[in-house]
Amino acid sequence: MLVSNLLFGLVLGGTYALVALGLSMQYGISRIMNLAHGEFMIAAAFCAYILFDYANLSPLVTLFIAPVIGFGVSWLIYTVMMHPLVKRAASRGQLEADSILATFGLLFVLQGVMLVVFGSDFTSYSYLNTPVNIFGVIIAASRVIALVLSLTLGGGLYFLITHTRWGATLRAVAFSPESAPLVGIEVDKVARTAFAIGGALAASGGVLVSMFVTFSAAGGVVFTMKALIIVIMGGVGNLMGALVAGLTLGVIETFVTSYVDPGLSLASTYLLFIIVLLWRPQGLFGSARS
Amino acid sequence: MLKFTRRHMLTGLLAATTAFGFAAVPGFADDRNSVKIGYAVSKSGANATGAGITTIPNYKLWIKGVNASGGLELPDGTRLLIEVVEYDDRSQTEEVVRAIQRLATKDKVDLILPPWGTGFNLAIAPLMDKFDYPHLAVTAVTDKAPEFAKRWDKSFWFLGGGSDYAEALADVLGASRDAGKINNKVAMISVADGFGIDLVNAARPALEEKGFELAYDVSYPLGTSDFAAIVNDAQSSGADSFVAFSYPPGTFGVTKQAQVAGYNPKVFYTGVGGAFPVFKKISGGQQEGVMGIGGVQSGSEAIQEYFANHTDVIGNPPDSWASAVTYTSLQILQEAIRRVGLDREAIAEEIASGEFETIMGKVSLENNQLRSLWWAGQWQGATFAAIAPADSNGAVAPVIPKPAWR
Repeated sequence: MLVSNLLFGLVLGGTYALVALGLSMQYGISRIMNLAHGEFMIAAAFCAYILFDYANLSPLVTLFIAPVIGFGVSWLIYTVMMHPLVKRAASRGQLEADSILATFGLLFVLQGVMLVVFGSDFTSYSYLNTPVNIFGVIIAASRVIALVLSLTLGGGLYFLITHTRWGATLRAVAFSPESAPLVGIEVDKVARTAFAIGGALAASGGVLVSMFVTFSAAGGVVFTMKALIIVIMGGVGNLMGALVAGLTLGVIETFVTSYVDPGLSLASTYLLFIIVLLWRPQGLFGSARS
Repeated sequence: MLKFTRRHMLTGLLAATTAFGFAAVPGFADDRNSVKIGYAVSKSGANATGAGITTIPNYKLWIKGVNASGGLELPDGTRLLIEVVEYDDRSQTEEVVRAIQRLATKDKVDLILPPWGTGFNLAIAPLMDKFDYPHLAVTAVTDKAPEFAKRWDKSFWFLGGGSDYAEALADVLGASRDAGKINNKVAMISVADGFGIDLVNAARPALEEKGFELAYDVSYPLGTSDFAAIVNDAQSSGADSFVAFSYPPGTFGVTKQAQVAGYNPKVFYTGVGGAFPVFKKISGGQQEGVMGIGGVQSGSEAIQEYFANHTDVIGNPPDSWASAVTYTSLQILQEAIRRVGLDREAIAEEIASGEFETIMGKVSLENNQLRSLWWAGQWQGATFAAIAPADSNGAVAPVIPKPAWR
């Protein structure tokens, strides 16, 4: 029982972490709170669905296509839409406020387009909804893949950011966008790249989640909400934090579901969120900033 | 819809609108050449999925059909084309209320069709009454329908109440248990939201009265996407019957999880979504034997024709619960207009007292409510066939146990 719940929890948490990685990147480094994050995921999910249903293309193949598109589109959005905001923002706070408003608008544009193109119906398909036996616990293969991928992507990017020169520039921009240019870092370029990588992560998350979650054109906000909590909880801009926070939420939700009451699973998420905010307002892995 | 903002006004369009405005005002009753029908539905936001499956396609289908045949027929045999005024309520109750006000006072439409959802229909009911429009509350499931029908005498309630569905399910399970097909235990989960709460509160006493033991009875929050732990616990409860009073995402999630876990209860019952055409795809073509809310009379020619027509015009088949009922309500409205004309008072009276030939057969309302409904259905072959009430004409016998997932 304990083992099965732990595994169920980790697998669910893997999905959560996957949902949050992209937003963590965009908010943490580019300082853009992308409220249209969920819509990006939904768009990628539809992409996977269409390719699977009409071209018989495995979502695992789409997993390599969608992030490229996500990267490109996010790059474009940053250049066209976010860049003017970044340029005119007097302070970090103002950029955050402006980007929230701008991406809030983007959310409705994307949702509207998807509603027109795909309709409002629930969409779902089954891929790799096959049982896998791990330590005697039966789990859907698609969910295991999601866990593995979130660990790989989250861990891999975390390593790159903490151990490479490129990562150091990212951290510099995240930590002090005002001083980064002093050491020759093009803040705007780095922020744009980070935003685009975030878009690619969101796309890969969308493709994976589409294999086992029912989605609809209007359902992006669910992902955004979850991602927001995880990003804030893990520490803004810290991918390892997002990964750990996501996994923790998954395990706690599953334990509460099984041992306490499923009705309290969501409440436990928010309770944990409040506790973390009170105890470490900068998030589990965040560094204290003024 | 053209909407003039303040800016337009300021930029001088005011003069133009006044000048041309007179031409746009619909003609007087005598020289009218169309019937203005307005509605506000959720085309975006959280309710867009429900409205997009049940309500909007049937409005489109009906309006297209009526206009193709020359329009709505009046008692004197003349026909008037339907002119539509449509608003998006963006899944917000205050928007739907505002839209109804606008339809009634500004657009001055002849008739107003209802929005999607119980809450939205309840929200507009007092307004519809105030502006004297007949209110066909189709997609509203409420046990208080008799009370509401009394309070607003031009309101009509088409989908029964939570206890109707719960008691019908208890009847189906009770009969199967008495026949020795299932054991005495039921595992029941419900979404902690309006519909799930209504149904589970009615189901608990109904099942207990039939002598069932609730071996597992939990509610889960709206938005739950992972059912691994829940299905695991339901599986170990030893119940032969699994009941989920769920919304579509939950219905689909729990079905997929049951397949993965190899959970094969003899009765597998799901809430909203089980009767959607997409359910076949979600279950990987293994929908056979799954029970749920609603159902259609699978043997009826009118229903088969409606399904074919819907598929043809809209692009996909209707759901097998509220879609046919929605279309039926429109047929009733159409026939009432043919009999009494466009006087709203007379239409309401005719709907309340008349008998109508519809795709659901001959129907008439009792105390402003449609009661000849199907409360439970089961996938049998290609259709979601009605199984309860078992003594109604056209019901099929439930198949228990459900074939195991492959």
